[in-house]
Amino acid sequence: MVGGIQSVSQLTSWLAQGRTLFFTIHILGITCFAYIVARRLAPLVRAERDPRFDRLFERAGRVLKFWLGQWKHPRYKTAGILHVLIFSGFILLALRAFTVLIVGVSPNFAMPGLSGEAGRVYETVTDYAATVVFLCMIFAIVRRLVFKPARYAVPARYGKAHTADAVFLLVLIAILMVADSLFEGAKAAAYAQEGAVTLATVGSLPWLFKTALASGSAATIGRLYFAGYLLHEITFYFLLCYRPFGIQFHVETSLFNVYFAKLDKGTLKPVRWGVTDDHLDQLKYFGVKRFEDFTWKHMLDFYSCADCGRCSDNCPANAVGRPLSPRFLSIKARDYAFRHYPMLGRSSDGQPLIGAIYSEDEIWSCTTCGACEEECPLLVEYIDKIVDLRRGMVEDGNVPQSLQKALKASESRGNPYGKMEKKRGDWANARSFQQICQVRTLDKKNGANTLFFVDSITSYDERMQSIGRATAKILEHAGEDFGILGGMEKDSGHEVRRFGEETLFAAVREHNANAIKASGATRIVTADPHAYNALKHDYTGVPPVEHISQFIARELNSGKIKFKPIENSGKVYAYHDPCYLGRHNLVYDEPRAVLDAIPGLKRVEMKRSRDRSFCCGGGGLMMFYEPKEEQRMGVKRVQMAAEAGANVIVTACPFCMANIEDAIKVAGLEGEMAAIDLAELADQQIVRQSPPAEPGRAIEIQPEFVVGR
Amino acid sequence: MEILVCVRRVPDTSENEISLNRAGNDIERDELVYSINEADNYAVEEALQIVAKAGGNVTVVTVGGEDDEEVLRREMAMGAKQGVLLTDSSFDGSDGRCIAAILKAFVQMGNYDLILTGVQAEDGAAQVGGMLAAMLDYPFASVVNGIEVLDDRKLVISREVEGGNKEINETDLPCVLSIQTGINEPRYVGMRGIRAVASVPIQTYGAEELRLDAGHVGAAAAKVKRLDYFVAEVGGGAEMLDGDREQNVEKLVELLAAKGGLK
Repeated sequence: MVGGIQSVSQLTSWLAQGRTLFFTIHILGITCFAYIVARRLAPLVRAERDPRFDRLFERAGRVLKFWLGQWKHPRYKTAGILHVLIFSGFILLALRAFTVLIVGVSPNFAMPGLSGEAGRVYETVTDYAATVVFLCMIFAIVRRLVFKPARYAVPARYGKAHTADAVFLLVLIAILMVADSLFEGAKAAAYAQEGAVTLATVGSLPWLFKTALASGSAATIGRLYFAGYLLHEITFYFLLCYRPFGIQFHVETSLFNVYFAKLDKGTLKPVRWGVTDDHLDQLKYFGVKRFEDFTWKHMLDFYSCADCGRCSDNCPANAVGRPLSPRFLSIKARDYAFRHYPMLGRSSDGQPLIGAIYSEDEIWSCTTCGACEEECPLLVEYIDKIVDLRRGMVEDGNVPQSLQKALKASESRGNPYGKMEKKRGDWANARSFQQICQVRTLDKKNGANTLFFVDSITSYDERMQSIGRATAKILEHAGEDFGILGGMEKDSGHEVRRFGEETLFAAVREHNANAIKASGATRIVTADPHAYNALKHDYTGVPPVEHISQFIARELNSGKIKFKPIENSGKVYAYHDPCYLGRHNLVYDEPRAVLDAIPGLKRVEMKRSRDRSFCCGGGGLMMFYEPKEEQRMGVKRVQMAAEAGANVIVTACPFCMANIEDAIKVAGLEGEMAAIDLAELADQQIVRQSPPAEPGRAIEIQPEFVVGR
Repeated sequence: MEILVCVRRVPDTSENEISLNRAGNDIERDELVYSINEADNYAVEEALQIVAKAGGNVTVVTVGGEDDEEVLRREMAMGAKQGVLLTDSSFDGSDGRCIAAILKAFVQMGNYDLILTGVQAEDGAAQVGGMLAAMLDYPFASVVNGIEVLDDRKLVISREVEGGNKEINETDLPCVLSIQTGINEPRYVGMRGIRAVASVPIQTYGAEELRLDAGHVGAAAAKVKRLDYFVAEVGGGAEMLDGDREQNVEKLVELLAAKGGLK
């Protein structure tokens, strides 16, 4: 006897003694859960390998930050705070839940360290935790049913709304909290009737039950005590075994998903882990064609997706109506796994994924901007999966005609435009420019410290050549010993790789790496974030690479570069973070520092900036892809700049420039909005002792046409 | 169904800046990059799609030299079972008729149900397909933009006629068809695919194996001689619209309608 009531394990109900009943439920529940988890692990065992068992401390640190610290959650205020409260509640209640479960079979059990005073403190805390979780559930249910945040909606093409399932799970958790509180409250009421002072947790759910039962008969209290326990027991195990069938599986998988998450931004997964480049030819095929071609971690991602919709809410492709929603990339794959690896019966190797659950356009629609991955609280990866799926499509020859031409040209001419190799350096060699700025073409005999890696668009597109010239002039002004590769440079291959053409990428990489080596350069500067990312993460054994914004920022500090005040004070500038400079490489501050170093320059931030920057439409081969979309991403971006009160958009990427200049025209904002590259602006503002023959972009030849569009 | 596709390697017009050589009798061939003639690529894709449904094999054949093997490999990487190179120094200087004669000799060595060519080589005259059919006494249809196989011995063929209209015909096999671009979406072939077929031998036949009389092919037998190349002069006559955007759009629509560009 405890207080006025028996312990649950000693209670005898209609059928059996409590201990036997609960022991049976425990065993049944745990067995079911173990079986379900084992079945869920079945595809992971057959998946591709993925070595993520290294860098333990780094991984543990990320668990502390992203899992325990819930780092990403507050990016969405309401839902974020709600989740942090629920998560903390769960973490706090975990020990109490286990204690309660064990008490069912062992009445005097107390968690080690939680007896006596510590136990009372813990009980107080958890009383409130249960109450908070309960209130959060009510709030979440109301939010789901009444306020219906747009990002939870399921577009018709992806099936039915997930609301019922979500609410069902919320209700179950609410019941669990009520059951726990009823059990605790009834126990306290019984104690109170004995005259013991218990449960001072005023206002908490258990306190409410205790107060309500204060004058109840001992028998009623006893029955409710038992009922509370039984309800807790059943709900607990039902939830445990039901979660692996839906979005709540993340309660179990999130810890592992965060621990094993990808560590290196900007990098791409190799074609097959453990297969070196030399052995790639021996692979039967590249990429992901069947579900089993995903790595086990990518499958774990599918299980871990909590269906919160943050990825798709930030996905530019989704925003402009392209047939891609990262959320459903995960949900569809998860549903596929559930269908093909059922709880009962044999698993079945399914059909190819493309055509069955994914469409070709869906997979080509991604600009690999990384907004989805940046947002995901569970660190689910998307880019590697998209690229793997593309590798499979390239292997099958499923490539849109417009992209085939660009890929073929990259193969035969080293640039997607099919322009002549020997004309690659023409932008620098034009006599009118050589008079202002001498750009050397480097080779074995004619080396330099710094290599300016120009890449294709800046080399060939007449508009973007201005960025190349500005960059060269900045390097020269800072006294840099630099040169270009000219006709020996090929496309960096950044998008070739991200569009799934690994073999072609390997060929251009090898060519460029040799040319870079021959130039003798000890460092590389580029004005193209895509080239920057490629050289930094996709190439090995090349000198360190710097984006021109970093170079300028450094030389501003060293005093080699000084800016004169901006002339037109009516202009308001907004900096647009290029995806491959910002999100993928965390270069957020240098470009802003450069802008802020220009006296008199008025700068505003767009609502979406830094790691929430909105992709302009994608670079490289994406410029050749003809997406199905309602609107251009660039147009949305230009409108965002207008909303922020800017009339000049500063970019730091030639592809952003191409997309944004186009978008300004499409949005009908010509004359009201302008775009300029950071290098162009810096070049204009540099204080030179003897001013160059003509200022800034005056040397630019007006483009008659722009390649690639 | 055994399908033979006649292909040709041409300077890729989208990746070259074509200019005349000094003598003015040929284009400047230094630094040119070549690829499969675009229409031929569609023909190979069509052949592959037919055998995927009806069974059989696709063979690609070209008349040329060692350099032309690259396009055979590319088409083999697409799925053609066999690549055949018809090469002989006596073939040099052949005109369209001679090429057709060489191909005819090869066709007669085999047992092909269907012979496809591209509608036209980018540097050619759209003549080989028709001539080949005449020499073989096979039915011929040109500018084909749709093929349907009827119980393995007949084809229903759609041809492109003026104004984007279609004409539907039926023909018996064997026959020769020249394939229009746009009939399908040719699959992509990357370097990896080409590497995979790098060691598959390419059958090579010379005049002797083809039992061709040297007098019937090559420069001596050619009945068409190229005299000159010239670059068209840039004409005037472009009409610039210089109103504001609204006016320009209105005017443009008006002009398009007046010239029959809009219906």
